[in-house]
Amino acid sequence: MPVQSPISSVNDFVVRFANVNGSGSASANELFARAILRHGVPVSPRNIFPSNIQGLPTWYEVRVTEAGHLGARGGVDMMVAMNPQTWDKDVASIEPGGYLFYDSTKPMPTSKFRADINVIGVPLTAITNSTYTDPRQRQLFKNIIYLGAMCALLDMDPKIVEQLIAEQYKGKEKLLSSNVHALHLGRDWALQNLKCPVGLRVKKSDKVGDRIFMEGNSAAALGAVYGGATVCAWYPITPSSSVAEAFTSHCKKLRHDPETGKAKYAIVQGEDELASIGIVIGASWNGARAFTATSGPGISLMTEFIGLSYFAEIPAVIMNIQRAGPSTGMPTRTQQCDIIACAYASHGDTKHVLLFPEDPAEAFEFAAQSFDLADRLQTMIFLMLDLDIGMNHRLCRPLKWDDARQYDRGKVMTAEMLDEPGRDFGRYLDVDGDGIPYRTYPGTHPTKGSFFTRGTSRDRYARYSEEGAIYADNMQRLVRKFETAQDMVPRPLQANAAKPTKYGVIYFGSTAPAMDEAIGLLEARGHQLDRLRIRAFPFHSSVASFIADHDFVYVVEQNRDGQLRQLIVNENGIDPVRLVPILHYDGTPITARFIANAIGDHQDHLKVTPLRKAVS
Amino acid sequence: MTYIAKPKFHHPGLPKNELGYTHRDYEGKISTLCAGCGHDSITASIIEACYELSIEPHRVAKISGIGCSSKTPDYFLGNSHGFNSVHGRMPSVLTGANLANRDLIYLGVSGDGDSASIGFGQFAHSIRRAVNMTYIVENNGVYGLTKGQFSATADRGSKSKKGVMNTDNAIDLVAIALQLGASFVARSFSGDKNQLVPLIAAAIRHKGASFIDVISPCIAFNNHAGSTKSFDYVREHNDAVNRLDVLTGRDPITVDYAPGTVQVVEQHDGTRLALRKIDADYDANDRLAAMTFLQKHAAKGQVVTGLLYVDPDSEDLHTHLDTVETPLNTLEAKDLCPGTSALEKINASLR
Repeated sequence: MPVQSPISSVNDFVVRFANVNGSGSASANELFARAILRHGVPVSPRNIFPSNIQGLPTWYEVRVTEAGHLGARGGVDMMVAMNPQTWDKDVASIEPGGYLFYDSTKPMPTSKFRADINVIGVPLTAITNSTYTDPRQRQLFKNIIYLGAMCALLDMDPKIVEQLIAEQYKGKEKLLSSNVHALHLGRDWALQNLKCPVGLRVKKSDKVGDRIFMEGNSAAALGAVYGGATVCAWYPITPSSSVAEAFTSHCKKLRHDPETGKAKYAIVQGEDELASIGIVIGASWNGARAFTATSGPGISLMTEFIGLSYFAEIPAVIMNIQRAGPSTGMPTRTQQCDIIACAYASHGDTKHVLLFPEDPAEAFEFAAQSFDLADRLQTMIFLMLDLDIGMNHRLCRPLKWDDARQYDRGKVMTAEMLDEPGRDFGRYLDVDGDGIPYRTYPGTHPTKGSFFTRGTSRDRYARYSEEGAIYADNMQRLVRKFETAQDMVPRPLQANAAKPTKYGVIYFGSTAPAMDEAIGLLEARGHQLDRLRIRAFPFHSSVASFIADHDFVYVVEQNRDGQLRQLIVNENGIDPVRLVPILHYDGTPITARFIANAIGDHQDHLKVTPLRKAVS
Repeated sequence: MTYIAKPKFHHPGLPKNELGYTHRDYEGKISTLCAGCGHDSITASIIEACYELSIEPHRVAKISGIGCSSKTPDYFLGNSHGFNSVHGRMPSVLTGANLANRDLIYLGVSGDGDSASIGFGQFAHSIRRAVNMTYIVENNGVYGLTKGQFSATADRGSKSKKGVMNTDNAIDLVAIALQLGASFVARSFSGDKNQLVPLIAAAIRHKGASFIDVISPCIAFNNHAGSTKSFDYVREHNDAVNRLDVLTGRDPITVDYAPGTVQVVEQHDGTRLALRKIDADYDANDRLAAMTFLQKHAAKGQVVTGLLYVDPDSEDLHTHLDTVETPLNTLEAKDLCPGTSALEKINASLR
């Protein structure tokens, strides 16, 4: 008997499935998460998987959260321990009073259990082997059988799961019926042999509303479709490959000419990242909207072309789905560690525009917007996702589009404009004083508007020049253009604490849901914080104002060196003392508990001394 | 590249092509390459070919990498957009440009350092993808801009100007292009304008990946005894497999009725490629034979020039991708954006 009383909770708990990569568990586990959603209860699932095709441990965690917290919580209330390799670690991670679900076909020594948890054994292998003879069927249906047992243990409506299976296997009646059969095998066994339900229960609710359940990579790819991207060149790399794959899939459904059936897009799997970004730059130079998707190592390879994009002022979009670096790092683990690498990519003096969406809905919006920004600013735009957004399903608001919206192609001079009396075309002339020159597409005019694009220095008329003053003039204009970008990119969003406070917190991207929840936990500890979610670089002036308005500000990010903090210090002339780094970088998604503990402990132990205002 | 523009004055008596353009309309800025550079001869041949084909200069996109050869697009077709990209990466930039607008003519100019070393991969993949382009390598076997290092096309045993012997094997870009599936493969010599001009014209007319390797002696660093890329060596060892004219389907643009048999190859755009065969055994439609022929002559130290292979049924990348005929860069929101109704359906499918 456990010393600890069993955890009892309705619609607020964490279930983690421990499986072996390649065992076919992913679809069953996702089915579990979707079934809870169909109960009207929000979920926040996460894949935790190795850089391996088959055989290594993999986990799928489902946070059931009626309150709608979409960050990872930390801790496990019920462990479905299907991987002997990780048994000890999995058992150790269960919260006191939590539940261990395991395959009890073979007896386990008592030393393999904990006294303070509740053990639920189901002879999954025995049930499976007595029903199926085919080894693959045994493996696959074992997953559905444990899903059936979970339905009974958590008091889930089996009809909802059946409906989901029906949707999944629409038109494949044989698969549908066999999956439903396996579901009931597990459920019936549990109902007959176990005390159901346990303390954790799923009760129907109405907290999901009209929200959608989507992966960030797919949302970003759809944003590219809506944003008018016609050329995609890419090279496979985790965790970004599914962006290009989703773009292909979306285009196949949405982008064929109804009369001819021909494609209104071109997708090329490049031979490497260098070729991919080269194709993107060539296409953008020639007036198409083009993008690539990659991750940190890909950014490293692309930096030469990124510099060309900056200096030659060619629009382009890179969707960077970040993973843990440096080098190969942890390819399947999440981080926000390419901030500096992207902000200043390439040699010489460069600055690039970065966008930081917080969830799939914003990934869709920012992806579409990135093509307008690239065209308007004639520069590289980085859409900065990470694995936690990109490869996990997130509950988010429905995607929206305004049908009246037209693509903003920026300053493109047409043949008619070139023919206007008195019109002077110089590729790098700052006609409007905003640092953004006019460009022409190749083939525009028989005698006017052509120019030579190059990565070497040139004058305002695109004529090669190594004159120092001409070079400096050009570099200053590029700075001016970057300043113009401040008011074009998405602004930071500020939310103030319930009570006046001297402290603030800055965060961005996939940290947002955990941060939102952490604020509540901190309030419960008596700490009030104003918060600012940064959504783009260059930083809007409100970032410096926010820091100036507080004695000090925490900067929460998922990397070792506080890269966003560095960027703020560097770009805004902030005294580093004013910015307290809160850093999480073990490759797992940041949790509300981590943030609340880190900030709370700092606040608790802080001997606050007046700090000078240091914004220059 | 230079900022010195040529005088705009045109002599009223200059001959004009079908569009009413003179040669001057196909010229660019004044070359800053060394006087006598083979690359300038290639520039002249490109100008001549475009003039003869009556191409609208602004409908050509000229793209290069980095190096002496890659400077040359500044010296021809001054009313065309040019792109001097990064070292060895011309093929990817050209591929992207081609995807964006299939209606323009794409001229990729590269060097042996550009294409056989740093850009060897991009060269190979652009060829195997059948990008519709004319890919010209101005091949001098040496790095001129960095003053005389061997390139990957320098023959084993050849000597540099400083007397250093090259011990590495040479890459034969023509052989590689044939193996990779280029549908038009030729080699020529910068000093043989009669051969080079029609080759360039035919390559421009060809749909698919056209590759021309042009031996172009570097007079500063690789035009001495011991170099297999020198004027004298190439002249002495040149073995032309054929001569050709390009007929546009209207009047012949170039007229050279030297005796010999003629093999006419129908092109996709309706033009005909007339091969004037010198070697009775040579069949320019046989890829395998071309590869064998090339290797046999290379073993004898001969530089085979002329049109080595052409595929009369060639396709290009757009055919493979089945893209719309309308250039992708002209499509607007109404053509591309699926709109709110499609988005509502997507939202519904995600609940």
